[in-house]
Amino acid sequence: MILSGLPLAEQVILTLASLILFTSFLLLAQSRLFGLINTFAWQGVLLFLATIMMAATYDRHHLYISAALTLGLKVFFIPWQLRRMVVRLDIFRQVETVVGGSLLVMIGAGVLVLFSYYVVLPIRELALLSIRNTIAVSLAVILIGMLMIITRRKAVAQVIGFMSMENGLFFSAIVSTSGMPMVVELGVAFDVLVAAILFGIFFFQIRAGIGSLDVDHLNRLREGDQ
Amino acid sequence: MIYLYLTLLLPLAGTLLLALIGQQRTAGWVNLLFTIATFAASVRLALEVFAQGVLLSPGKLFYVDAFNVYLILLNALVGMTTAIFSGPYMAHELKIGRVDAGRMRLYHAMYQGFLLTMLVALSTNNLGVLWVAVEGATLATVLLVSLYRTPKSIEAGWKYFILCGVGIAQALFGTVLVYFAAERVLPGSDEALLWSVLHQRAGEMDPAVLTLAFVFLLIGYGTKVGLVPLHNWLPDAHSEGPTPMSAILSGLLLNIALYALVRFKMLIDPAIGTNLAGSMMMGFGLLSFTVAGLLLHRQQDVKRLFSYSSIEHMGLMTFAFGLGGPMATFGALLHMIVHSLTKSALFVTVGHVSHVAGSQSIEKIRGLIHTQPVIGWCFLIATVALAGFPPFGIFASEFLLFTATMKSSPWLVIPLLSGLAVAFAGLFRHMQRMVYGDAPEGQVAVKANMWPVILHLLLVLWLGISIPAVLVDWLDQATIMVVGKGVL
Repeated sequence: MILSGLPLAEQVILTLASLILFTSFLLLAQSRLFGLINTFAWQGVLLFLATIMMAATYDRHHLYISAALTLGLKVFFIPWQLRRMVVRLDIFRQVETVVGGSLLVMIGAGVLVLFSYYVVLPIRELALLSIRNTIAVSLAVILIGMLMIITRRKAVAQVIGFMSMENGLFFSAIVSTSGMPMVVELGVAFDVLVAAILFGIFFFQIRAGIGSLDVDHLNRLREGDQ
Repeated sequence: MIYLYLTLLLPLAGTLLLALIGQQRTAGWVNLLFTIATFAASVRLALEVFAQGVLLSPGKLFYVDAFNVYLILLNALVGMTTAIFSGPYMAHELKIGRVDAGRMRLYHAMYQGFLLTMLVALSTNNLGVLWVAVEGATLATVLLVSLYRTPKSIEAGWKYFILCGVGIAQALFGTVLVYFAAERVLPGSDEALLWSVLHQRAGEMDPAVLTLAFVFLLIGYGTKVGLVPLHNWLPDAHSEGPTPMSAILSGLLLNIALYALVRFKMLIDPAIGTNLAGSMMMGFGLLSFTVAGLLLHRQQDVKRLFSYSSIEHMGLMTFAFGLGGPMATFGALLHMIVHSLTKSALFVTVGHVSHVAGSQSIEKIRGLIHTQPVIGWCFLIATVALAGFPPFGIFASEFLLFTATMKSSPWLVIPLLSGLAVAFAGLFRHMQRMVYGDAPEGQVAVKANMWPVILHLLLVLWLGISIPAVLVDWLDQATIMVVGKGVL
């Protein structure tokens, strides 16, 4: 694929896609909670720009509503709520080490990106070439979110992994199909909102029940030897 | 049409009302009244569907056919019978101080909210809304799993939230891919996620994209079905929450995830033209069936025991849908009903059992039949039904399924039969002592209303001896929809 052969709008979308993937890598590497939350908010900003681009290029008016929802939820509400939690739980000084070493995790994430490209190979002819790239990128963002949930031990970091997975899903929907039908978009946004609130409640429950937000302490439920 | 809306609006009203007054002493009764009204509406809905065949709401947001109507009815029924049990059970939990008034309010509101999301998931025509509703069901129950706020229950809730959230995200990616494929067939249309539209044109969609989509859908909804190796959250979530929730989670929610998977399989089969989706389901199903059967032997908590039994049965159903063919599919559809009824009856019984013994630990439950014969007998009979003995319904559905397997791939009957024997042994090595052993000193009978359990067991018995014509008709129509050919 020759990048300069594409229309300008698609070039912009591809650039945004690569930046979103880049923020996913940043999330993986970031060891301070505030840095993590800020990076997550930046990923939201990029997602918002991509949505606006798609809405303007393909003249899909309902995407403006999705863009507004993204801006409200993922750039402002969720980062704001997480920041407030971190302050109230007094954990903002904590630095986290990544399970398995950060180099290994980075290599793992690289492999996931290659894997995503491999997975979308069969999708051809149907669509513009750039779509295959953007779907691969969105799948990579989802998988890196999963990797983050696996490799982080702090509940807050796991939540950010979870939410960044959701960003990947949203991105896949807007680039491959110019957004899901409105009723689905609203439903998904509602689910994300409720999930964000529930996570907040859970932080306090975990803190009160276990005395730490380190999920390593969540190890009472095992098979057989209770 | 009005009854469809009533079936959905009543639990919605219930959620809102109980969110306000759920801490009152009468909330258990209000909860029960709402479930009774919902059940009545769903019966009228079923009659309407029976008369008309298919019900498509104006705007095409809801779609009720033979495949989901009986599941809606089942949901409303089990929701109602469990509410009968839930009232006194939760009052007892409040009295012994395991929950406080605020959490009672949460519990009652979410009970209705949970029923609502399940009914929406079943009746919606939009595959995206289906995903939203299934995720909504997770969100509604996640705080109920951690309701007792013990370290164990919080851990179970967190695991449930994260693992199911991650799993179900894969299903959304799969749905996006289906939409992507559908948009090529129906360009510029808002109807490209409507099941009723897609089913007509399934054959035209791109097979490569749909194959990829199904892998993600299987992982996603498979996590919610509890398929091994994605089952880790299930025994924890089903055993740590309040028992009425366990009954609904095990009895109903698993069915809904499987229902979603089968709906997608119906779209994907004609498009890719091979039995790829079926083969994957058979593999996962058989693995779950076998592993869960073995794990039954290691359980020490009575609710975990029956949670693993749910994985085993869901595995069997997944296998049957994967096998395809009219007889296996009919058997699997029937199994969905009889397993739900039996499993929810068992959990209700286990709720009373744990009040008698004062513990959920299998070691501490002894001599039920001496202390309180009615609970002991119900426990024993429900377990016998669950293990697949005649004349109960599970025997009938498993028999159909095994006959179908014998016809199409005979060598698979060996792992199925040995798995069944292992599971049977796993259940009864524990049952024997719990029911017949010597009752500990000072164990006394508790006030228990066993009518919901007896009703469920009678229904399962009835379905084992003769299935009513209406149900046969629906199941056969559903079979025709799934595999293109009925058994009749």
